Amino acid sequence: MSAAPAVPQIEFANVTKSYGTGRLVLSALDLNIQKGEFVTLIGPSGCGKSTVLKLISGLTPPSDGTIRIDGMTPKDARETISFIFQDATLLPWRTVRDNVGLGLELERAASDRRKKTTAAVLELVGLQDVAEAYPRELSGGMKMRASIARALATNPRLLLMDEPFAALDEMSRDRLNEELLRLREEQQWTAVFVTHSVAEAVFLSTRIIVLAPKPGRVHAVIPVDLPFPRTAALREGPEFEALVARASHVLREALVQ
Amino acid sequence: MKQRLITIANAAGVFVALLAIWQLVLWIFKVPPYMLPSPWAVARAVVARFPSLLNSFAITAAESAGGLIASIIVGVLVALFFAQSRWVRRMLYPYTILLQTVPIIAIAPLILMWIGAGTAAVALIAFIISLAPVIANTTQGLVSVDENLVNLFLMHNASRAQILFKLRLPHAVPSLFVGIRIASGIAVIGAVTGELYAGSSRVGEGGLGYSILYASSQLQTDYLFALVLAATVLGFSFFFVVMFLEWYSLHRWHESARAPETE
Repeated sequence: MSAAPAVPQIEFANVTKSYGTGRLVLSALDLNIQKGEFVTLIGPSGCGKSTVLKLISGLTPPSDGTIRIDGMTPKDARETISFIFQDATLLPWRTVRDNVGLGLELERAASDRRKKTTAAVLELVGLQDVAEAYPRELSGGMKMRASIARALATNPRLLLMDEPFAALDEMSRDRLNEELLRLREEQQWTAVFVTHSVAEAVFLSTRIIVLAPKPGRVHAVIPVDLPFPRTAALREGPEFEALVARASHVLREALVQ
Repeated sequence: MKQRLITIANAAGVFVALLAIWQLVLWIFKVPPYMLPSPWAVARAVVARFPSLLNSFAITAAESAGGLIASIIVGVLVALFFAQSRWVRRMLYPYTILLQTVPIIAIAPLILMWIGAGTAAVALIAFIISLAPVIANTTQGLVSVDENLVNLFLMHNASRAQILFKLRLPHAVPSLFVGIRIASGIAVIGAVTGELYAGSSRVGEGGLGYSILYASSQLQTDYLFALVLAATVLGFSFFFVVMFLEWYSLHRWHESARAPETE
C-alpha cells in the first residue's frame, strides 16, 4: 500500500513519560510510523496506549526523549493531525452540521470553504439527512460518524483514534470499521488507533504494536499482510482468524510477563 | 393535554379546600376579623383597593427585577473571572459564601444609611441577596467541562477566548439557569424584606413590603392578606418567566428541558 519513504511520519526516540512524582507510564519507547500506515496499539490497561496518542498530538509533553511528526514538534504539526476521542465529544448545543464544522471554524477558515467542506464530509459519512439534528437525537453510531466527519473536515494527514468504537454494539462497530477503511482508501491519511479488541485491530491495521504494562513498552510487533480493500467477508476467512488467534496469544503473553 | 387539565383541576380543588378550611376555622373559633379576615373579605379588599395594590406590586416587581438582572450580569462576569484560574477561585470563592451567609436584615440599615430609603436601596438589597447562587452555579458550569472537549479545542489550536466563549460559556448555560431560578425566588423575598426597612421615601406609598407594614400598623388585616397574596403572585410570576426562558433557550439540545411528554 505505501512505498515506505525513508523519513518516518512519526518518530519516537527514547521517549519516556511519567506522571506526577515518578509513576512511570512509558519507558524508553522507540517508534517509527511511516506515511500511509494504519498502526494499532493494543495492550492491557496501564500500558500507556492512550498516552502515546496524547504524546503524538502534543496534548502532553514527554518527560524525556524526542518526538517528531513530519520533522516537526507535535505542537507545530497539530494542523495536520485530527484526534477522535473515545466518546463522540460533540457539543450538545450545536447541530450536527455546526459540530462537523467546528474545526474549520476554530481555525478561522473562510465561511464558503467551511460550508462546502462540511457538506462534503457529511455526505462522506452518510449524515447529510440529519445535518440539522442535535446530537441527543442521534444513535451512538451516528454520533461517532459525526465525530469522524468533524475529524476529516480539516483534511488531516494523520488521524489519531482512542478507542473510538468501544461504546458501540458489535454490528455498528464492524460497519464503522469498514467505513473507516473506505475513507482511508479515498483520503490516504496515516492512522494510529487504540483498541481493546483484537479482531478490530487485525481488521483495520497494517501493523499491530502490542504494548506491555508497568511500565509501558513495546512487547511485540505483528505485521498484518491482509490485502486491501478489506471487506466484511474478510472476517470469515481463515487468514483473518489465524491472525486474530496469534495476536490474542501475543497479547496474553504481554499480560503475563 | 388531558393530563394537564387534570393537573390544573387537582390544583384548583386543593385551593378550594384550603379556602373552605380557612372559613370553617373562622366560624368554629369565632376569630375576630382584625386577627384573621375571611377569604371573602380579602377578595373584597383586593377589588376595592386594586389601584394601590397594583401600584405596590409594580414597585416591588421593578425592584426585584432590577436586583435580579443586576445579579445575573454581575454574577456571570464574576464567574467568567473565576473560571480563569483555580488560584483565583481558591482566593475569592470564600467571599461568595460570605455573601450568601451575611444576614441581609442586619445590613439593610447600613444600606439605608449609605444611599437613603427608596427603590434604589431595595433593588440593591435584592441584588446582594440573589448574587451568590448565580456566581456559584455559573462558575460550576464553566469549569466542569469534559477534559476531552478541551483537548479537542486545543487540537485545533483554539485560543483562550475561543475555549471560553465557544465551549465553557455555552456549556454553563444550563447551570446558569439553575442559579437564576434560585436567585429569582430570593430576589423577590429580598425586595419585600428590604421594603420593611427601606420601603418608601413618602408616607403611605411604597412596594408590597412597605404596604404590608403600613397595613398592619393600621390593623387593615384584610388588605394585609391581599398584599401577601400579591407578593406570592409576584414570586410565582418570576419563577414562571425564568422557567419559560430556560425552556426556550435549552429545549432544542438539553436533556433537562425536554417536553414533559417524553418523561
